[in-house]
Amino acid sequence: MSRLSADIDDRIRTGARLTWFTFAAPANFYRLAGWLAPACAVAAALLALAGLWTGFFVAPSDATQGEVYRIIFIHVPAAWLSMVLYVAMAGWAALGWLLNARMAFMLARAIAPTGALFALLALWTGSLWGRPTWGTWWVWDARLTSELILLFLYLGYMALVAAIDDTRRADKAGALLAIVGVVNVPVIYFSVIWWNTLHQGSSLTMGAAPKMASTMLLAMLLLTFACWFYAFAVVFVRARAIVLEREGGTAWARALLAPTAGLAPRGKQGT
Amino acid sequence: MQWHDANEFFSMGGRGGFVWGAYGAMALLMLAETLLALRRHRAARAAIAERLADEARARAAQVRT
Repeated sequence: MSRLSADIDDRIRTGARLTWFTFAAPANFYRLAGWLAPACAVAAALLALAGLWTGFFVAPSDATQGEVYRIIFIHVPAAWLSMVLYVAMAGWAALGWLLNARMAFMLARAIAPTGALFALLALWTGSLWGRPTWGTWWVWDARLTSELILLFLYLGYMALVAAIDDTRRADKAGALLAIVGVVNVPVIYFSVIWWNTLHQGSSLTMGAAPKMASTMLLAMLLLTFACWFYAFAVVFVRARAIVLEREGGTAWARALLAPTAGLAPRGKQGT
Repeated sequence: MQWHDANEFFSMGGRGGFVWGAYGAMALLMLAETLLALRRHRAARAAIAERLADEARARAAQVRT
């Protein structure tokens, strides 16, 4: 581990510039993500506990929907994350294309499954909420349909990059799909305004007394941050896996694994 | 707190199936994704270690011959 961090340590010691580009190097990113992933996981767990407690034991029943409204505490975070992660994925993919940056492409790929998961969860929790309140599991209205398209965009991106053997070509083809698909995100967001839909409008103005709404809002925000940190943690772990899958032949990756393989690290290599 | 006992809490006003179906799926899928990501990382490390071990064995065999 110390060998791996030598580059960063050297930079800090010598006062050299430690910029964002430092972590564009997969070796440095791998180490940074190794620190961040567990920290984010702990933050996610604590926020989830606080959010679940607030959502189930502090927030009162809803005046019109009774108890089933409590699905909102995870439905809205899942939907938000599915959209934000898509923009992040497309952003990294675009950056990878513009700067020809390997790490950016790897991040785009690492984000996709988590984004797909949240899109699926937004649809699933919404369906379970819609059945008792609307009387239907599903309607082909603008909000629901555009969210379903988002799920398909994630799945399409994952299928596309997996189908092309040449990594660079796969990255670029995936980036094109991801960037074109971005137009769907504002469509989801504004769908409840642009079209007459069954889906309710803004979640932040629920039909309840102000004090009640504030504890509901608190639960929803706590669980949103929990989902954020969860997404960071799991994306970092997956990005580390992708880095090793792609850079397994490089000196730093070999040095990283050399001790566990019972081999002499650096120095004796290359002969 | 508005719950008088555990039964009342779990029934969620008669809508327990919907509420717990949503929360349960979320917890289950997030757990599954975490385990899959961790396994993928472990597998990537193992693949490199395997390759290094293969190379070491090949070198050792070469020395013996």
